[in-house]
Amino acid sequence: MGKEFKAGCARPTGGPVGGKQKEALSPNNENVKEEKQMIMVGQKAPDFTAPAYQKGKFINVELSDYLGKWVALCFYPGDFTFV
Amino acid sequence: MFQELGVEVLSMSIDSVFVHKMWDDHELSKMVDGGVPFPMMSDGGGKVGTVYGIYDDDAGVETRGRFIIDPDGVVQGFEVLTPPVGRNVNEALRQIQAFQLVRNSKGAEATPSGWRPGKPTLKPGPDLVGKVWEVWKTDLAFD
Repeated sequence: MGKEFKAGCARPTGGPVGGKQKEALSPNNENVKEEKQMIMVGQKAPDFTAPAYQKGKFINVELSDYLGKWVALCFYPGDFTFV
Repeated sequence: MFQELGVEVLSMSIDSVFVHKMWDDHELSKMVDGGVPFPMMSDGGGKVGTVYGIYDDDAGVETRGRFIIDPDGVVQGFEVLTPPVGRNVNEALRQIQAFQLVRNSKGAEATPSGWRPGKPTLKPGPDLVGKVWEVWKTDLAFD
Protein backbone atom coordinates (compact mmCIF):
# COMPACT_ATOMS: atom_id res chain seq x y z
CA MET A 1 0.00 0.00 0.00
CA GLY A 2 2.64 2.55 1.10
CA LYS A 3 5.81 3.47 -0.78
CA GLU A 4 8.86 1.39 -0.06
CA PHE A 5 11.85 3.23 1.33
CA LYS A 6 15.49 2.37 1.68
CA ALA A 7 16.47 2.04 5.31
CA GLY A 8 19.57 4.04 6.19
CA CYS A 9 21.34 4.53 9.47
CA ALA A 10 19.13 7.36 10.63
CA ARG A 11 16.08 6.00 12.32
CA PRO A 12 13.08 6.83 10.12
CA THR A 13 10.35 8.77 11.86
CA GLY A 14 6.89 9.97 10.99
CA GLY A 15 4.34 12.13 12.72
CA PRO A 16 1.05 13.90 12.41
CA VAL A 17 0.15 15.34 8.99
CA GLY A 18 -1.15 18.91 8.74
CA GLY A 19 -3.05 20.49 11.61
CA LYS A 20 -1.34 22.55 14.21
CA GLN A 21 2.30 22.01 14.89
CA LYS A 22 3.38 21.76 18.48
CA GLU A 23 4.40 25.18 19.72
CA ALA A 24 7.75 24.84 21.43
CA LEU A 25 7.75 28.25 23.00
CA SER A 26 5.07 30.55 24.29
CA PRO A 27 5.17 34.27 23.45
CA ASN A 28 7.05 34.72 26.76
CA ASN A 29 9.63 32.14 25.74
CA GLU A 30 8.44 29.74 28.41
CA ASN A 31 8.00 26.10 27.72
CA VAL A 32 4.38 25.27 27.26
CA LYS A 33 3.17 21.96 28.54
CA GLU A 34 1.00 20.54 25.82
CA GLU A 35 -2.52 19.87 26.94
CA LYS A 36 -3.45 16.22 26.68
CA GLN A 37 -6.70 15.43 25.03
CA MET A 38 -8.54 12.33 23.92
CA ILE A 39 -9.95 12.41 20.44
CA MET A 40 -13.72 12.25 19.96
CA VAL A 41 -15.81 9.55 18.35
CA GLY A 42 -17.67 10.89 15.34
CA GLN A 43 -14.72 13.14 14.46
CA LYS A 44 -12.09 12.68 11.79
CA ALA A 45 -9.14 10.52 12.74
CA PRO A 46 -6.00 12.68 12.81
CA ASP A 47 -3.92 11.95 9.72
CA PHE A 48 -0.32 10.84 10.16
CA THR A 49 2.56 9.37 8.28
CA ALA A 50 4.74 6.63 9.72
CA PRO A 51 7.48 4.26 8.63
CA ALA A 52 6.41 0.64 8.78
CA TYR A 53 7.63 -2.91 8.31
CA GLN A 54 5.42 -5.18 6.22
CA LYS A 55 6.32 -8.57 4.82
CA GLY A 56 10.03 -8.01 4.32
CA LYS A 57 9.83 -4.39 3.23
CA PHE A 58 10.14 -1.00 4.85
CA ILE A 59 7.33 1.25 3.65
CA ASN A 60 5.82 4.61 4.45
CA VAL A 61 2.21 4.52 5.59
CA GLU A 62 -0.11 7.50 5.46
CA LEU A 63 -3.48 7.07 7.13
CA SER A 64 -5.25 9.13 4.45
CA ASP A 65 -4.23 6.50 1.86
CA TYR A 66 -6.81 4.28 3.55
CA LEU A 67 -9.80 6.57 2.93
CA GLY A 68 -12.58 4.44 1.47
CA LYS A 69 -11.70 1.50 3.70
CA TRP A 70 -12.43 0.45 7.25
CA VAL A 71 -9.34 0.61 9.43
CA ALA A 72 -8.54 -0.96 12.79
CA LEU A 73 -5.66 1.08 14.22
CA CYS A 74 -4.01 -0.69 17.14
CA PHE A 75 -1.40 0.80 19.46
CA TYR A 76 0.57 -1.41 21.85
CA PRO A 77 3.34 -0.84 24.39
CA GLY A 78 6.17 -2.59 22.66
CA ASP A 79 7.61 -5.39 20.57
CA PHE A 80 8.59 -8.48 22.56
CA THR A 81 6.29 -7.53 25.39
CA PHE A 82 4.18 -10.38 26.54
CA VAL A 83 0.46 -9.80 26.07
CA MET B 1 -11.48 -12.39 9.64
CA PHE B 2 -10.67 -8.68 9.39
CA GLN B 3 -9.99 -9.27 5.69
CA GLU B 4 -13.41 -10.86 5.21
CA LEU B 5 -14.97 -7.69 6.61
CA GLY B 6 -12.82 -5.50 4.35
CA VAL B 7 -10.92 -4.06 7.29
CA GLU B 8 -7.30 -2.95 7.03
CA VAL B 9 -5.34 -3.53 10.22
CA LEU B 10 -2.50 -1.17 11.17
CA SER B 11 -0.40 -1.59 14.30
CA MET B 12 1.83 0.99 15.92
CA SER B 13 4.37 1.13 18.74
CA ILE B 14 7.40 3.23 19.60
CA ASP B 15 9.77 0.50 18.37
CA SER B 16 11.76 1.09 15.20
CA VAL B 17 10.92 -0.72 11.96
CA PHE B 18 14.11 -2.72 12.50
CA VAL B 19 12.85 -4.07 15.81
CA HIS B 20 9.47 -4.79 14.18
CA LYS B 21 11.29 -6.90 11.59
CA MET B 22 13.20 -8.83 14.27
CA TRP B 23 10.05 -9.43 16.31
CA ASP B 24 8.22 -10.70 13.23
CA ASP B 25 11.17 -12.84 12.09
CA HIS B 26 11.96 -14.38 15.45
CA GLU B 27 8.68 -14.64 17.31
CA LEU B 28 5.49 -13.61 15.54
CA SER B 29 6.18 -15.71 12.45
CA LYS B 30 6.19 -18.70 14.81
CA MET B 31 2.68 -17.79 15.95
CA VAL B 32 1.22 -16.74 12.59
CA ASP B 33 1.97 -18.60 9.36
CA GLY B 34 3.91 -16.31 7.05
CA GLY B 35 4.35 -13.65 9.70
CA VAL B 36 2.38 -10.51 10.33
CA PRO B 37 0.46 -9.56 7.15
CA PHE B 38 -0.29 -5.92 8.01
CA PRO B 39 2.02 -2.88 8.29
CA MET B 40 3.73 -2.62 11.68
CA MET B 41 4.23 1.11 12.07
CA SER B 42 6.86 2.91 14.10
CA ASP B 43 6.06 5.94 16.25
CA GLY B 44 9.40 6.91 17.73
CA GLY B 45 8.83 9.64 20.31
CA GLY B 46 5.13 8.86 20.48
CA LYS B 47 4.08 11.82 18.32
CA VAL B 48 1.19 9.99 16.71
CA GLY B 49 0.17 8.32 19.96
CA THR B 50 0.11 11.72 21.63
CA VAL B 51 -2.29 13.08 19.02
CA TYR B 52 -4.52 10.04 19.59
CA GLY B 53 -4.36 10.56 23.36
CA ILE B 54 -2.93 7.14 24.19
CA TYR B 55 0.81 7.88 24.59
CA ASP B 56 2.05 7.52 28.17
CA ASP B 57 4.95 9.93 28.31
CA ASP B 58 5.96 8.88 31.83
CA ALA B 59 6.51 5.30 30.68
CA GLY B 60 7.52 6.34 27.17
CA VAL B 61 5.21 3.83 25.50
CA GLU B 62 1.82 3.69 23.81
CA THR B 63 -1.01 2.21 25.85
CA ARG B 64 -3.29 -0.40 24.25
CA GLY B 65 -5.47 1.94 22.21
CA ARG B 66 -7.63 0.53 19.42
CA PHE B 67 -9.49 2.81 17.03
CA ILE B 68 -12.16 1.83 14.50
CA ILE B 69 -12.05 4.25 11.57
CA ASP B 70 -14.75 4.23 8.89
CA PRO B 71 -14.26 4.73 5.12
CA ASP B 72 -14.78 8.51 5.54
CA GLY B 73 -11.86 8.63 7.99
CA VAL B 74 -14.17 9.15 10.96
CA VAL B 75 -13.38 7.49 14.30
CA GLN B 76 -16.43 5.39 15.19
CA GLY B 77 -15.09 3.84 18.35
CA PHE B 78 -12.05 3.32 20.49
CA GLU B 79 -10.94 1.31 23.47
CA VAL B 80 -7.86 1.91 25.59
CA LEU B 81 -6.38 -0.60 28.03
CA THR B 82 -3.33 -0.46 30.27
CA PRO B 83 -0.47 -2.69 29.10
CA PRO B 84 -0.99 -5.92 31.11
CA VAL B 85 -4.46 -6.73 29.75
CA GLY B 86 -4.87 -7.87 26.17
CA ARG B 87 -7.74 -6.99 23.89
CA ASN B 88 -10.72 -9.06 22.85
CA VAL B 89 -10.42 -9.42 19.08
CA ASN B 90 -13.94 -10.83 18.81
CA GLU B 91 -15.33 -7.71 20.42
CA ALA B 92 -13.48 -5.50 17.94
CA LEU B 93 -14.91 -7.58 15.08
CA ARG B 94 -18.40 -7.40 16.57
CA GLN B 95 -18.20 -3.62 16.81
CA ILE B 96 -16.96 -3.32 13.23
CA GLN B 97 -19.83 -5.53 12.02
CA ALA B 98 -22.28 -3.35 13.93
CA PHE B 99 -20.84 -0.12 12.53
CA GLN B 100 -20.91 -1.60 9.03
CA LEU B 101 -24.56 -2.60 9.42
CA VAL B 102 -25.53 0.87 10.63
CA ARG B 103 -23.61 2.49 7.79
CA ASN B 104 -25.13 0.19 5.15
CA SER B 105 -28.61 0.97 6.46
CA LYS B 106 -27.74 4.68 6.15
CA GLY B 107 -28.64 5.12 9.78
CA ALA B 108 -32.10 3.49 9.51
CA GLU B 109 -31.05 0.67 11.83
CA ALA B 110 -29.30 0.66 15.18
CA THR B 111 -27.76 -2.22 17.08
CA PRO B 112 -28.90 -2.56 20.68
CA SER B 113 -26.78 -3.74 23.59
CA GLY B 114 -25.33 -7.20 23.08
CA TRP B 115 -26.10 -7.23 19.36
CA ARG B 116 -24.13 -9.58 17.22
CA PRO B 117 -24.81 -10.77 13.66
CA GLY B 118 -28.11 -12.67 13.60
CA LYS B 119 -29.69 -10.78 16.49
CA PRO B 120 -32.47 -8.24 15.81
CA THR B 121 -31.65 -4.61 15.16
CA LEU B 122 -33.84 -1.65 16.08
CA LYS B 123 -35.34 0.84 13.64
CA PRO B 124 -35.42 4.13 15.52
CA GLY B 125 -38.37 6.39 14.71
CA PRO B 126 -41.57 7.84 16.14
CA ASP B 127 -43.26 4.42 16.28
CA LEU B 128 -40.52 2.93 18.42
CA VAL B 129 -40.60 5.56 21.14
CA GLY B 130 -41.59 3.89 24.41
CA LYS B 131 -42.01 0.56 22.58
CA VAL B 132 -38.52 -0.86 22.73
CA TRP B 133 -39.65 -3.16 25.57
CA GLU B 134 -42.09 -4.82 23.12
CA VAL B 135 -39.47 -5.68 20.52
CA TRP B 136 -36.28 -6.06 22.55
CA LYS B 137 -35.80 -8.22 25.64
CA THR B 138 -32.97 -7.86 28.13
CA ASP B 139 -31.93 -11.49 27.48
CA LEU B 140 -30.71 -10.24 24.11
CA ALA B 141 -28.00 -8.22 25.84
CA PHE B 142 -26.26 -11.47 26.74
CA ASP B 143 -24.84 -14.28 24.62
